[in-house]
Amino acid sequence: MLGEGILKGLGETARNFAGSFVSAERLTTVQYPEERIAPIEATRDFPFLVYDGEDWQAGMRCVACQICEKECPPKCIYIVKSTDKKPDALGKPQIYPARFDIDISVCMSCQICVEVCPFEAIKMDTEFELSTTDRFGGLLYDKKELSKSNEHYHKVHPTEAAEVDARLAEEKVKADAKAKAVAAAAAAKAAAPPAAAKPATPAVEKAAVVAPIPAAKAVEEETKG
Amino acid sequence: MIEKADQIFILLAHWLVSFLPASLQHPAMVLLGVVAIIATFPAIFALTVLLERKGLGRMQNRYGPNRVGPYGLFQPIADGLKSLTKEDIVPFNADAVVHFLAPVLLVVVVFMGYAVLPIGRNMTLVNMDAGLLFFFAIGASSELSVFMAGWSSRNKYSLLGAMRAVAQMISYEVPLLMSSVAVVMMTGSLSLNKIVDAQNQYTYGLPHWYVFTPWGFAGFVLFAIAATAETNRSPFDLPEGESELVAGYFTEYSGFKFALFFLGEYVGMMGISGLGATLFLGGYSAPLKMLEVVPSWIWFFAKIMLAMCAFIWVRGTLPRLRQDQLMNFAWKFVLPLTLLNLVVAGMWRFMGDGWLRWVVCSAVLLGAYVLMGRVGMRKENFGPRSYRYAE
Repeated sequence: MLGEGILKGLGETARNFAGSFVSAERLTTVQYPEERIAPIEATRDFPFLVYDGEDWQAGMRCVACQICEKECPPKCIYIVKSTDKKPDALGKPQIYPARFDIDISVCMSCQICVEVCPFEAIKMDTEFELSTTDRFGGLLYDKKELSKSNEHYHKVHPTEAAEVDARLAEEKVKADAKAKAVAAAAAAKAAAPPAAAKPATPAVEKAAVVAPIPAAKAVEEETKG
Repeated sequence: MIEKADQIFILLAHWLVSFLPASLQHPAMVLLGVVAIIATFPAIFALTVLLERKGLGRMQNRYGPNRVGPYGLFQPIADGLKSLTKEDIVPFNADAVVHFLAPVLLVVVVFMGYAVLPIGRNMTLVNMDAGLLFFFAIGASSELSVFMAGWSSRNKYSLLGAMRAVAQMISYEVPLLMSSVAVVMMTGSLSLNKIVDAQNQYTYGLPHWYVFTPWGFAGFVLFAIAATAETNRSPFDLPEGESELVAGYFTEYSGFKFALFFLGEYVGMMGISGLGATLFLGGYSAPLKMLEVVPSWIWFFAKIMLAMCAFIWVRGTLPRLRQDQLMNFAWKFVLPLTLLNLVVAGMWRFMGDGWLRWVVCSAVLLGAYVLMGRVGMRKENFGPRSYRYAE
């Protein structure tokens, strides 16, 4: 009969109306500022720079290789290389970023910078409450604002961070072993008969300079593989 | 005491005007009544909008507005402030005078309808002999305002919305009037006060409301359908049709003029609800003899609010009609039934008391309803669509 469907529909809305007062699972709305749902682990929005240890400047993993800057599709990363070198997390002297800016109003959260970084230095954050009263300066993050500790990384992406840490530890062991082998070889040369003592001195110097380079190469190969 | 509570506003008004010289007392009384109406109904409008937003939210398993004040109770104030402080934009090519006059006219016309509505016992602003006629005449003018808005905006969406509105309102004006005519036939008067008085009687404590007769019930349902269409409410909200026409005839309105359209729409709804309550639900009379201790004006407002809740419920349930469905429904279903209802009302009048007229009238109306639903509203199969292109 005409009108049956209308009555059925009215009954349905009435049931919804009354049900929303009775059963809590009908109201799926999360009342955001007071209530929150924990973000899922794969959440990502904007990149940050990871540092090891306590001091963000000393522990920064970034070596200003500028790969991320070149790969960034919307070109939101701006890096200035330092002119001097400074020991990195592994203790090797490295170039560091004198400036590292990300304009998060341009960033599209594609994560390409994270994928290309050979040093595990840039990772995605989950912070989303980024509103600011200054739309230019407030959304342009500099090195200091971008730096966050490895602990923070562990907090936002625990599984991924554990993998990264294991990889870095493995590399450190390898690099240490290599450095030790090189040092041992140099020591063996130095301990050679005194007749060869004269040409031995430059060899030692050379070994000391050369040593870090294969180590860095090894790291690069590891991460690419 | 009960009598005092019932007449409290009348007594208050008399006390207030008693401070004035005798020659000014009558105009002052009228002015007080006007001010009371203009103050009360927008207040109920604010309440209704909140009720609607919260009610619709609950129907869709949401909370609805709950941020401004406790339980979102101050939301209407926030809405009002927002619309007052917004920029008033008039399109460059618009007819500025007509564009300005349209919302003003709508609000004026809509409030004028209340002049003849009996809000409570002795609480009719103008006790007109042809009150019903006045209400419909004034109500029809709101079409003019809608078309003024659509035409003066110089916007295709506005104009389309206005065209739809005029077509729809004229189509549904006919069944709206026809369903009320049955009441006039039975009462023998166009005066809304007399119509209420005719229903304000009780047998065994039950009221003589027209809705409790077969022709009255049919008339009430048809009136409700036509009133929904007349006030452009969902499911007949084609003139606004936000998914098709931006906002229909008030697309080019912003700020306070937009708020005036909004106010006009809701106050118009309340007016037509009040008329429906007066015609079929006994106006200000109590639903049971023993409930007459409650002041009459409370019953009137309770009936209006009930009607508003029904409007909200229907809006939360039904999707919008198509233009051809709208027209078919008006001319092929509602109008024939209202005409038949006039005949049934006549039968009811001349069949005398007794159970026979109940059976006959109910059977005729029910049979017609089923038959019309089967035949008139049948889904027509036009076959596969064919196209012919110009050579």
